[in-house]
Amino acid sequence: MTFEIFLQHLSNAVSLGSLYALIAIGYTMVYGILRLINFAHGDIFMLGGYFAFYALTTFLMPWWVGFIVAIGLTAMLGMFIEKVAYRPLRDSPKVSVLISAIGVSFLIESLGVVIFGGIQKAFPIPELFGTVVTIGKIYIVSVNFFIPVIAFVFLVGLMYMINKTKTGMAMRALSRDHETARLMAIDVDKVIAYTFGLGSLLAAVGGIMWGMKYPQLYPLMGVMPGLKCFIAAVVGGIGNITGAVLGGLLIGILEIMTVAFLPDLTGYRDAFAFILLIIILLVKPTGLMGENLAEKV
Amino acid sequence: MERQKFIRRLLTITAIAISIGLLILFDSILDSYMMRIINLCGIYITLALSLNLIYGFTGLFSLGHAGFMAVGAYTTALLTMSPAQKQMNFFLEPIVPWLANVEWSFFPALMMGGLVAAVTGFLIGAPALKLKDDYLAIATLGFAEIIRIFFTNMQSVTNGPLGLKGLPPYTNMWWTWGIAFISILFMIYLFRGSYGRAFKAIREDEVAAEAMGINLFRHKMLSFTIGSFMAGVGGGLLGNLMGTIDPLMFRFLLAFNILLIVVLGGMGSITGTVISAIVITILMEYLRFLDGPMDLILFKTDGIPGLRMVIFSIMLMVVILFFQKGIMGNREFSWDFLFKPGRLKKNNVEGE
Repeated sequence: MTFEIFLQHLSNAVSLGSLYALIAIGYTMVYGILRLINFAHGDIFMLGGYFAFYALTTFLMPWWVGFIVAIGLTAMLGMFIEKVAYRPLRDSPKVSVLISAIGVSFLIESLGVVIFGGIQKAFPIPELFGTVVTIGKIYIVSVNFFIPVIAFVFLVGLMYMINKTKTGMAMRALSRDHETARLMAIDVDKVIAYTFGLGSLLAAVGGIMWGMKYPQLYPLMGVMPGLKCFIAAVVGGIGNITGAVLGGLLIGILEIMTVAFLPDLTGYRDAFAFILLIIILLVKPTGLMGENLAEKV
Repeated sequence: MERQKFIRRLLTITAIAISIGLLILFDSILDSYMMRIINLCGIYITLALSLNLIYGFTGLFSLGHAGFMAVGAYTTALLTMSPAQKQMNFFLEPIVPWLANVEWSFFPALMMGGLVAAVTGFLIGAPALKLKDDYLAIATLGFAEIIRIFFTNMQSVTNGPLGLKGLPPYTNMWWTWGIAFISILFMIYLFRGSYGRAFKAIREDEVAAEAMGINLFRHKMLSFTIGSFMAGVGGGLLGNLMGTIDPLMFRFLLAFNILLIVVLGGMGSITGTVISAIVITILMEYLRFLDGPMDLILFKTDGIPGLRMVIFSIMLMVVILFFQKGIMGNREFSWDFLFKPGRLKKNNVEGE
């Protein structure tokens, strides 16, 4: 393998990893606040891609307007799902909420099959993202260059929001203790809704860019990335945003590089993430960056 | 009291005799499509009971059921297929020699399927059962996916994505319902004894259970392994009934169906599981018309594939949001209502 080919794979790996990171943040934020695996997150990611597809093809919007509309819609949908499916169960056992999340996930997938149709749709890639750039002997589709950049921009924005704004502070407070946060006059329901909105927004960004990187949309496209990104969040230490980014990059790079260096294992591509998950859960369940939380009785 | 006991026993025996009679009647008058549904009901009872044992009774939320079913189905299929059939199936890559010439009869193959699934369950449970709740769910789901991915790639053992076709059709009403009856009886027996009570204690409160001297890990492993065994047997039956198996069959969707049965029936109720297994299986077949073309009075559709799954997902959500107890909660059927009107037997840990 020459150095050029390695760089080629690396650019691919980094862009996939950044996508995983964007989606993993949504999992980690929701888990940090509600201790819930939002099973429907992968399907929200799928919806983001589809909304952009319809905005661009059916409504013929300019691509940037279409993307903004799709992202906005997806964020609102995320908040709606929280309100309908998770809020009524806030005081129920953890597993009930998890089952509800599984129900939402299947509902979105099957609605997707009904409304969008089960046939794959080709994502209309705007010219800006579809051109092939040549650097020396490396060929990069420009979207692979844009993905890490956009992901980075959103990350900086998110970090600013979480660390410097009042809503961000409220989110951090909620992830510690709901009761105390409520006593500090934090509107718990509102902040949780914001969290879902923010997570879904990032998922929509991820979904749109996924659609440009792998230009095929189908209703079940969110399942595997969804699971892998949850794993990324666990690997990084769930509840920790930096950890989720690291985990996402790690899984993306691991996946692409293993397939690149050991082509015999291509069929097992989807298994790597799960094997990594199990190793992490057994060796260091708190993840790479997670804090040690004592089990409460 | 003696008299009451006698009447109860008599009623139970009559009820069992009537259900067997009904099944025989169905077997003789219904066509093969209807019988297929009735067979599916029996298989789903076994499968749902196995998940209810793990989740409803012991409180271990496992999403890995499809994996155990896959193991059971493949083991049973590979052991029962004739060498000629195998040769026909494995045209891309020949089958591994140690499997090429085995041909077992159905019962030992089915039990072997269960055993291999139980061993898999044991191996998965040993690390995974240290986790709890949602972590356990995602880890078991991960294991099930790994099993499926391996089955897709082990061309010379499982025939990979092509799957296995032309399994010898052994499954009939006697097998499916026979095993369903045995599973029900086994579960009733289990939950009368100390093991069953220990499982329920773990579900209610792990710390308290441990304080009472219950070895948490051992009991969890036991429940998980027994559940995997039943899932393997159920998977073997299901594969044999279908006649064809391939790795895609054992996706998470299958585990979802079984979870729906358990949640709808009531977590921790044998009766509820049996009722809802029958209801859901029949609904699943009956609602197939939704996916096909429809002629409603006001408008026509050309068939919307997937509408059936929409209904099932909504059903799961409605049950979990509004009727968390399901059909039976954690109660069981008993003849009490005949003697003390309006009261079903409470089946709590502290009850009885």
